[in-house]
Amino acid sequence: MVRIGVLGLQGAIREHIRSVEAVGAEGIVIKHKEQLDEIDGLILPGGESTTMRRLIDKYEFLEPLVNFGNQGKPIFGTCAGLILLANEIVGQENAHLKLMDMKVERNAFGRQRESFEAELVVKGVADDFEAVFIRAPYIVGVGPEVEVIATYKGNIVAAKQGHYLCSAFHPELTDDHRLTGHFIEMVEESQRPAATV
Amino acid sequence: MSKVGTDRVKRGMAEMQKGGVIMDVVNAEQAKIAEEAGAVAVMALERVPSDIRAAGGVARMADPTIVEEVMNAVSIPVMAKARIGHIVEARVLEAMGVDYIDESEVLTPADEVFHLNKRDYTVPFVCGCRNLGEAARRIGEGTAMLRTKGEPGTGNIVEAVRHMREVNAQVRKLVNMSVDEVMTYAKDLGAPYEVLLDIKENGRLPVVNFAAGGIATPADAALMMQLGADGVFVGSGIFKSDNPANFARAIVEATTHYEDYELIAKVSKGIGTAMKGLEISTIAPEQRMQDRGW
Repeated sequence: MVRIGVLGLQGAIREHIRSVEAVGAEGIVIKHKEQLDEIDGLILPGGESTTMRRLIDKYEFLEPLVNFGNQGKPIFGTCAGLILLANEIVGQENAHLKLMDMKVERNAFGRQRESFEAELVVKGVADDFEAVFIRAPYIVGVGPEVEVIATYKGNIVAAKQGHYLCSAFHPELTDDHRLTGHFIEMVEESQRPAATV
Repeated sequence: MSKVGTDRVKRGMAEMQKGGVIMDVVNAEQAKIAEEAGAVAVMALERVPSDIRAAGGVARMADPTIVEEVMNAVSIPVMAKARIGHIVEARVLEAMGVDYIDESEVLTPADEVFHLNKRDYTVPFVCGCRNLGEAARRIGEGTAMLRTKGEPGTGNIVEAVRHMREVNAQVRKLVNMSVDEVMTYAKDLGAPYEVLLDIKENGRLPVVNFAAGGIATPADAALMMQLGADGVFVGSGIFKSDNPANFARAIVEATTHYEDYELIAKVSKGIGTAMKGLEISTIAPEQRMQDRGW
């Protein structure tokens, strides 16, 4: 059974753990950087990206998180987690982990009253995925290595780059665990001896 | 087809705030201090609760100029307070694009009988509660988030502790109850039966429950998290302390690591003096904010 960490600084942590357990993996809340050694894959949950970044800096998580990704260990970012993964953010000089070659815009769909749910096609995962968007970002541009796996009204809302996965919506807020399941498969894949990244 | 204002979208917004601190602010400058310190949201007000208490008179929704100023100053969500039962204040805040409305006992109630029908709105609401009956009634009306009432503007944690313990003890009692006892419990609490059944089935409240009303120090915030709060609201505790930026940062850290006592000791060192507190028994009964609403 693979061990999946959920970065536990702030946000929808419990829901991701529930989703990870629902697809038969072990879920661990990561509060200290030392715990990153104990896990095979990591989820960056939704929450407030500015708050998370402050706590990431405060507890010196930035470098260990980047190293975790560079070791070939899979990372899945949802909403705020997607923002953390991007190497460019509209209107901001600095990005965060810069692990995925994409440019993102925060709160791109608007404020809370514009938050919505919609059914999406997520390539390789589902044709009818119930996606919940909350003050969600979207991806405004991607590099050649990034595969777009879902769009909504022409905007990119989920993508994959090697062992990195991200979504602007919140799979953890529904009982549809197929996207989490897809991530667990990516983690299992990364553990097979042949799969060097 | 996309749908706005669904329960999932409204409750989900509050889920994203979990483990975080929501801070009361009265202008753009304070909002920026809060955001910089790591607040997950700010509550835009005309006066913080301790000043409302001191000023007396009727407390109303903030001047929209202040709310707008705060919305323009930060990228984190902005909440604002409407009076209990004041349909138009709530609609005005919704029209302005506020991210969350607090139907709040800190303001003077506009209706002494009816709370808002919060299901009617696209914007989500947070409401105060002192016990499971109150929590379940607000959920029945469509609130997407709860918070303890505590006693706002006092810097005294005792009421928030009482309310958090009461709600959680009653949830535990309900969960362990036999189903045939639930209707009588609903009658005793004045709570909607279906809401109680749902809580019993899931083993917890269907919405997040933050602590509010009297949090003044990092240790207070951590205490509320240990008692089972999903996050905390800090009203007067930050901008009535003598070093708001220090207090804001320290309270954020203590909330994240509420079980790490060495860290709480460290962040509590040399941050300045907390707001002056108020003993609850010195407050005249008609001045108690927690008794507003039902």
